[in-house]
Amino acid sequence: MANTTAKTKKKPVHRQPCEWALDIIKVIFLAVITVITVYPFWNIFIVSINDPTDAVRGGLYFFPRVFSILSYKEILGRPTFIHSIGVTLARTIVGTPLALLCTSMVAYSLSRKELVGRKFWSLMFVFTMYFGGGQVPYYMVLKNIGLLDTFWVFIFPLIMSVYNMILIRSYIESMPDELFEAVKIDGGNDLVVYWKIILPLAKPILMTVALFVAINQWNSWFDAYLYTSNQDLKPMQSILVEILNQYNTGATTSAQMSNAKSGNTITPDSLRMAATMVATIPIICVYPFIQKYFVKGIMLGAVKG
Amino acid sequence: MAKTATVKPPKKALQKRLWDQRYLFLLMLPALVWVIIICYAPMTGLYMAFTNYRPSQNGYWYDLLHAPFVGLEWFEYFFQNDFKMIMRNTLATSLLTLLFSFPAPILIAIFLNEVKNMKAKKFVQTASYLPYFISWVIASNIFLTFLSGNGVVNNLLVGLHIIDEPILFFQNGKYFWWIIAFANTWKNMGYNAIIYLAAISGIDQEQYEAAEVDGANRVQKIWHITLPAIRGTICIMLILAVGGILTTGFEQQLLMGNNAILNYSDVLDTYAYRYGLAKGMYSYGTAVGMFKSVVSFILVMCANKITAVLNDTALF
Repeated sequence: MANTTAKTKKKPVHRQPCEWALDIIKVIFLAVITVITVYPFWNIFIVSINDPTDAVRGGLYFFPRVFSILSYKEILGRPTFIHSIGVTLARTIVGTPLALLCTSMVAYSLSRKELVGRKFWSLMFVFTMYFGGGQVPYYMVLKNIGLLDTFWVFIFPLIMSVYNMILIRSYIESMPDELFEAVKIDGGNDLVVYWKIILPLAKPILMTVALFVAINQWNSWFDAYLYTSNQDLKPMQSILVEILNQYNTGATTSAQMSNAKSGNTITPDSLRMAATMVATIPIICVYPFIQKYFVKGIMLGAVKG
Repeated sequence: MAKTATVKPPKKALQKRLWDQRYLFLLMLPALVWVIIICYAPMTGLYMAFTNYRPSQNGYWYDLLHAPFVGLEWFEYFFQNDFKMIMRNTLATSLLTLLFSFPAPILIAIFLNEVKNMKAKKFVQTASYLPYFISWVIASNIFLTFLSGNGVVNNLLVGLHIIDEPILFFQNGKYFWWIIAFANTWKNMGYNAIIYLAAISGIDQEQYEAAEVDGANRVQKIWHITLPAIRGTICIMLILAVGGILTTGFEQQLLMGNNAILNYSDVLDTYAYRYGLAKGMYSYGTAVGMFKSVVSFILVMCANKITAVLNDTALF
């Protein structure tokens, strides 16, 4: 917006020294930000598509030396990894619509000014954002209701989020009341209002929340680590943690090198990079489509803040 | 807000009103079940902190009610032993995080606002919040790889002759606080920048035009218009950050830490987890968690009070 005014005025481009300094600092700062956020992904990508044995030599910075998809073949050939992708997809696909439904339902309910005890219910939900019982009792409760070691331990705790509920509620509160009253006059009840008015018209915020929930589901691993011991329930991120832990604790680089030289064409390093890319690429692929909703959602939250 | 008592219809009987709103309550029901089971049922477990809880076959509630009462023993034990170290790590990590993650998004937002080329602006902004979307597993993977002995960072530093020997970043506890602080900033700066960008986009353009007429250069415009205009947002973000000072990460410490530097990487959350669930000292873990919850709650309430005074509207 500032640039349009600058353009219309067609002022001669004459920069003062401090403006030069500003521009130089600006460019350097933003370049550094871009490099530190983009380059790590690029580096991991080129290492993952480089020949594993060749990659051990190091010095891979900008482009792959010897192209090879061996690492991907290896990681995608592992049944446990494929299965874990299935678990991640399942929890994302089942969890997101359920969360959307449950969260938007209560958001509508709490947005109605006539709701009996509205303040009490709101406080009841908001309080949990700031105070909790802690991990141990939470674990014991999950155990007691029999959710441990079931698929539903990924779903039920995440069907609601008070923060998302507040986002949706403020959106609904900004909609004109006449919309709801028109339905009521036609004899529709609150369920009809929710289904016919809220769900279609609150789509922008619902997309934002769906995005938050889906990303959260896709990225979760700690719940699986704590609440399941069944290998069949491990999501992809858990497998990544296992690969990462092998790297972090045991094997030193030299050990990996000798391993690579002894004829084993796949190195743990390359495998780790390939697995990381498999988990990251879907996010990067949907990124351009989702980011406009994402920005909108935060803006909404920011306006509230 | 609740005082908008304009023309209220005469109140119906409570029963009638409840019946009229039966569908509203039906819509609320799943969330109500959720909040009771997931949020409020575990709060009963805070009693665990005052007992010597041992799980048995009889279920959670039975164990809780039959656990021997020990009063404040677990808290005393915590304060006499690891309290100092854990608090040092927690505060060091979160203050260092604040040092980076507080100014970074402000600078990103202000500089991005100065970029004339829309394509470049969009690209930088999109890149800046990419890390927000990826899991801590992948983020930790990136940091462990880049900061390893033969990683990109060490190669760069050695190549530029800044250091002679590669630094073993994950072997020295003192580095760990900086790494976590940097990682936290890296992951969240783009996201937080959006909040400031939103605030900047709300500034009246006429102010800039008026300043231009007065002969202000761009630096002066930033200093005298942009910064004062987003001061409110900056205050709120700072106060919120201070309110959450005891929450300084959990997954990142678990994933990037190792046993050699545990005395530096262990913060309140990871400590409570390690003792509570990993080592099976249920009551002790709960006591540490409770200490954190209560102090955090008080801090957040104070933060909210201060924002309310500064801003005339409370966050909740």
